[in-house]
Amino acid sequence: MAFNFKEVMNKPERFAPGHRMCAGCGAAITVRTVLRALKPEDKAVIGNATGCLEVSSFMYPYTAWEDSYMHNAFENAGATLSGIETAYYALKKKGKVTDNYKFITFGGDGGTYDIGFQSLSGAMERNHDLVYVCYDNGAYMNTGTQRSSATPMYADTTTTPVGTESNGKMQNRKDLASIIANHDIPYVAQSTLLGTMKDLYEKAEKAIYTPGAAFLNVMSPCPRGWRYDTPDIMKICKLAVDTCYWPLFEVVEGKWILNYEPKKKLPIEDFLRQQGRFKHLFKPENEHLLVQYQEEVDRRWEDLLFKCSR
Amino acid sequence: MSIRERMSGNEAVAHAIKQINPDVMAAFPITPSTEIPQMVSTFIANGECTTEFIPVESEHSSMSATMGACAAGARAITATSSCGLAYMWEVLYVAASDRLPIVMAVVNRALTGPININCDHSDSMGARDAGWIQIYAENNQEAYDNYIQSFRIAEHPDVRLPFMACQDGFITSHAIENIELIETDKVKAFVGDYEPENYLLNKDMPMAIGPYANSPFYMETKWNQRMAMKNAKKVILEVAKEFEKISGRSYGFFEEYRMDDAEYVIVIMGSAAGTTKDAVDALRNQGIKAGLVKIRVFRPFPGEELAEALKNSKAIAIMDRAESFSAYGGPVGSELKSALFDAGVTAKTVNYFYGLGGRDYTVETATDVYQDLIDITNGATPVQFKYIGIRK
Repeated sequence: MAFNFKEVMNKPERFAPGHRMCAGCGAAITVRTVLRALKPEDKAVIGNATGCLEVSSFMYPYTAWEDSYMHNAFENAGATLSGIETAYYALKKKGKVTDNYKFITFGGDGGTYDIGFQSLSGAMERNHDLVYVCYDNGAYMNTGTQRSSATPMYADTTTTPVGTESNGKMQNRKDLASIIANHDIPYVAQSTLLGTMKDLYEKAEKAIYTPGAAFLNVMSPCPRGWRYDTPDIMKICKLAVDTCYWPLFEVVEGKWILNYEPKKKLPIEDFLRQQGRFKHLFKPENEHLLVQYQEEVDRRWEDLLFKCSR
Repeated sequence: MSIRERMSGNEAVAHAIKQINPDVMAAFPITPSTEIPQMVSTFIANGECTTEFIPVESEHSSMSATMGACAAGARAITATSSCGLAYMWEVLYVAASDRLPIVMAVVNRALTGPININCDHSDSMGARDAGWIQIYAENNQEAYDNYIQSFRIAEHPDVRLPFMACQDGFITSHAIENIELIETDKVKAFVGDYEPENYLLNKDMPMAIGPYANSPFYMETKWNQRMAMKNAKKVILEVAKEFEKISGRSYGFFEEYRMDDAEYVIVIMGSAAGTTKDAVDALRNQGIKAGLVKIRVFRPFPGEELAEALKNSKAIAIMDRAESFSAYGGPVGSELKSALFDAGVTAKTVNYFYGLGGRDYTVETATDVYQDLIDITNGATPVQFKYIGIRK
């Protein structure tokens, strides 16, 4: 079905306003877009790892979720949803549940890349018919911007602070989409918030309606942790893809597909310069770090092109 | 007519699972409970049971998946031991707070440090404050009977709490004994269908579970759990009464063995009760008024009832198969002494540790403990918190 922006935006909202996420939070935009990809006639159960999204959307006695929703703990969203999905098949077999249900879980990069990695890996390997959506904002934002394995190199976080002896996080970020793709599941995609959200919407739709396990890694900027001017979120996301820092790709049944190749690949400085967490990289004495950064982005981009051309 | 069989405690529980045929089981292997998911998987593979089995990658995930399945509206179970239970720790509390009536077969084994695969109660005793009902079995028959009763108790609308059906690792889980099984149709009719009021897959009423609930609501959540645990006392006895009708076997919070005129009493839990009974019989033959109280229900703790049963004793040995490292006794000792104090029972008490990590507990051991109780009654100073059978 061709993407029709007006039609998509007129679908009923399944993540209600009134939640307590920050203004301009990338995660909230991710959630709304993903849920819009559900067919209105389909029911859903939403899972959620502990994080900003959970504590801001389901504060007893209020919930922002129109669908059934379960939060269990920080590290077990994958396992929890696999139990729900299995119960669905058990009860459907017995005729106790007749409606169509879809299963989607949301976790930040802390709950997904790090503490929840084992639970996620298990759920993916067992190929439950569910979608795991990581809203990747590149640090533990709920507890105040501590580094995660998704934090990009040289980011200034509260556990990798920049100081006289430190240039921020020393390591590169973990390439989780690739790791999950190597679980040999039917659908993996990387996306972010762009334009009409066509890219994310269509990937969410594929993920939800592909039988078996699916994983979406969605770069979802955090204005507080990244320290950019809040209204600039769309500009930041666009720069992430145009610098090839955050490429858009899919892995469908093991086949890698590049979704977007910028006509003119922009230098990584264009993405980094927008964000306070990289301010120190623009001191004259740190020029070599920018060179190194560019090399790393290029290396990963080349690797992706290789995977996609096979 | 009941069916006479021979089987191990693990087989007995697996057989009960087959008869009940729950919707979902998620489990991860750990000695000595491993056989339970193995046997259930075999039943499923042979079409003897239609449970959906989730072979998770860890115990943290087995509990989490079981919670998800239970919240979704399914009857959901798991089984574990020792470090497996310890790995679930965090989510045990969540399951209780979410009021999910999960039934977990716990095959008691020592917690690692050093690693040890044999029986003690340190695993489930460590989880005693997690908000789960805990019932302990002396032998295979009790493991089977308790397991069948557990669903009715856990799922009762006045309770809705998760349930640990405990038995002693290897001692009962792997030892083959005679057992009386109940016909499957009777078991099914007794356990009934699981029909939750609220669940995630209810098309008419979506549900949100697991909220962020700060100081204005947290304490009420705990109060409700406390009331449910209190209600469980009544329900446990009601279910036991009904179970007696189909089995002919009666159960209560604890078993009193030759307690009518008992002066010297051992209070113990699990398989060691059987050994102690032999010692009681031998002492009775010598005219010594020995008796035994075997605690079956540890959560909720039947403190008042235990005090009533023990009020005429002269000396009581409270036996703990788990250390709590309070340096002032074990979990059963601390709780029972407190209950006796509140009830004004003035019998002398000693609290001993036995059988840690599978250390033998024999009829001779129990006889020695009774001798201590006689000595204490005759004026000897009680030696508290003794480690029975420790090498010096």
